[in-house]
Amino acid sequence: MLGKTAAGLYWMCRYLERIEFTTRLLDAAFRIALTNSNDAKSEWGSIILTTGNKASYLELYDEYESTRVINFLLREKSNPSSVLSVIETARNNARIVRTALTRESWEAINECWLELNSSLRRPITENALPQVLSGIRKQNALVRAALDGTMLRNDIYNFLRLGTFIERADSTARILDVKYYVLLPSLSQVGSSIDFVQWESILRSVSALRAYRWLHGNQISSKQIANFLILDERMSRSLTFCLQKINNNLFYLSQTYQGEFSCRTLADTMFKRLQHVSIDKILLDGLHEYLLTFLSNSEALNKEIETNFGFYG
Amino acid sequence: MFWPRYCCITEIMGSVDNKHLNSEVFDEMQTALGPRVPYEQFYEWFKSENHYQLRKKPKELDKFFRKTGITFNVYGESDGEERLIPFDFIPRIISELRWRKIETGLKQRANAINAFLSDIYGNQEIIRAGWIPEELISQNAAFLPEMIGVKPPGGIYTHISGTDLIRVNDEKFVVLEDNVRTPSGASYMIENRETMLHMFPELFTRIPVKSVSNYPEQLLQILIASAPASATATPVIGVLTPGVLNSAYFEHAFLADQMGAELIEGTDIKIIDKKIMMRTTQGYRAVDVIYRRIDDNFLDPLNFNPNSLIGIPGLFDVYRNGAITLANAPGTGIADDKAVYSFMPEIIKFYTGSTPILENVETWRCSEELSLKYVIDNIEELVIKEVHGSGGYGLLIGPTSSKKERAIFLRKLRANPSNYIAQPTLSLSTVPIMEKKGLAPRHVDLRPFVLMSPTEVKVTPGGLTRVALKKGSLVVNSSQGGGTKDTWVLEGV
Repeated sequence: MLGKTAAGLYWMCRYLERIEFTTRLLDAAFRIALTNSNDAKSEWGSIILTTGNKASYLELYDEYESTRVINFLLREKSNPSSVLSVIETARNNARIVRTALTRESWEAINECWLELNSSLRRPITENALPQVLSGIRKQNALVRAALDGTMLRNDIYNFLRLGTFIERADSTARILDVKYYVLLPSLSQVGSSIDFVQWESILRSVSALRAYRWLHGNQISSKQIANFLILDERMSRSLTFCLQKINNNLFYLSQTYQGEFSCRTLADTMFKRLQHVSIDKILLDGLHEYLLTFLSNSEALNKEIETNFGFYG
Repeated sequence: MFWPRYCCITEIMGSVDNKHLNSEVFDEMQTALGPRVPYEQFYEWFKSENHYQLRKKPKELDKFFRKTGITFNVYGESDGEERLIPFDFIPRIISELRWRKIETGLKQRANAINAFLSDIYGNQEIIRAGWIPEELISQNAAFLPEMIGVKPPGGIYTHISGTDLIRVNDEKFVVLEDNVRTPSGASYMIENRETMLHMFPELFTRIPVKSVSNYPEQLLQILIASAPASATATPVIGVLTPGVLNSAYFEHAFLADQMGAELIEGTDIKIIDKKIMMRTTQGYRAVDVIYRRIDDNFLDPLNFNPNSLIGIPGLFDVYRNGAITLANAPGTGIADDKAVYSFMPEIIKFYTGSTPILENVETWRCSEELSLKYVIDNIEELVIKEVHGSGGYGLLIGPTSSKKERAIFLRKLRANPSNYIAQPTLSLSTVPIMEKKGLAPRHVDLRPFVLMSPTEVKVTPGGLTRVALKKGSLVVNSSQGGGTKDTWVLEGV
């Protein structure tokens, strides 16, 4: 496979995952806004921060106002990580790797692009937001289903999966980092319940509210949430889960290509560390520091993958 | 490409009314007495269909094409807007008998053109023999001196050609233009058929239509057969594209996909030990055959246009050493040059020993004094084209031009006569399209695709029919509002 093709597949899935994350963040923030609490305004600011867009947002606007944030994250052309920009790039990547995709997969991505372009053509009002978001998620789900249902499980698929899980781990780490103060033991005493609105928002933004309740009922503790999102290998957006998937795919790639790759060593180290650490230790050493290290390792892993498999000349 | 002709065209309003057919124009579907033989079965079907439903089809078709991403980019459009090539579902039908002659004619022409290129970049026997003037070649911008003495692997220059034909009456198809650089459209030929199969499957159970679907497989076979001697038993094939922004990118990706070939760009390639290597996930791997969809000029910034950002520096040096096959070979443009076109009857005679099976359109070379005088005197009757122009640009259609346009063109013509050729305005055939009010005749051309390897020449039955969608219009180019039709060659009819 061409290095460029591998890069296209990898980034296509990273972008699709990014769309998923942005829509979930918006959904969570919107629910907070509906409560009319004091949290609403800071929540809009916090999702801008989470998506890594603070500087470019503040270039355009002074205040974190709901419809501005919504439209900035969904349709702002000058924002390279708005959903509209990202689906454009994802589809361009799909066009570049057209020869590596099944017809169903290509058509699903192309239709996703067509649908999003039409649903995001005009500014989105708060009233319209829930419907728009669910439309985007549905399109995204169709793409995932096409890939899952029609793609051969070979190196092509491995690169798709790598992109998905690297982006997903990155997203989970980011949301945790932006909200880490909510989870700090010092702010919410052990045993006492943390801010209901805030924890719900975190869990919603990773689609894990129901899953958490299955496991822990109504017992909400900062430690358990952090544990759930970082270490629980049953939770499909936890760091451990993502790293395990990344590890598996790199294992298959090294088998297919019959070689040893430095990215695999790095991923393996990251995975082992997650396996052998307890949530107590993470909180004791500092959650923020832990997440910063994770994010920088994740960035290093991304670089290693790019180099090992000849993504760029 | 452009069709010259003039005469008024009568719309056929309502359902299938043929009373208003213009007798001057050859309509391929209908005569005053009813449908022509090749269309009989289709016509039966068409009459029995619910026309209210049929009129909804174009909308469905648009949606289908958008969904599949069969689009092309238009240069200079804002936001890189993607357009559809309009598709009309009334097929263009050709009988097997007519097709057989076209096929033999195309093979003859392809063989002659390949022999011509081999000669022109070799001993130039045809010039020594006095069949064509020396300056036709030596002073032609399309002649690539770098190719002199270079022998392409297997001796093939024109692996793929797309010859534009127009039909002037029931029996006669004539060649309007040879395209032997990087002709495009084959993907539309295949997708048009796929679309028809999808929309009207019952038609194909009733009517025996020759299949076009093995074009990619045949293309792959001729590319493999043309691999350099240094290649392994399973040569690696790459389709070289300028990239995702190119107007024909869909076709590049489509053909690479169908052939199972790699779709490469200049940035994927490196020359290592005088071999063309592509960057893969497992390091650099050799490429043996490049089906290039980049013009000569941009192929190699070291040997040709130094400003090219899409080429492969040093590619031509590797080619010269015989370590890579380029399809088509560089320098083939000399064979589809419009000034050379006018000598095609001589060229065919010289290399094949027989007269052309498919005729040329009569052509006056303005470089010749007598012809120039004739052209100037009869400018209102003629179509005048730039020798190197393409895509329907840079030409004058005498009958529909204004006095001012003619005056401007005359100045250009007098200043540089050898840059122009002229042709008569022809009465060319029509095939109906489906309009809101029913069938309406529109002008069509035909681009069949000819594939050539060292051992054989193949022609896919049919080709791409392009249709001028505007009433009376002769412009079929997709960049100027033309559309396409599925082209049927009937089995045993």
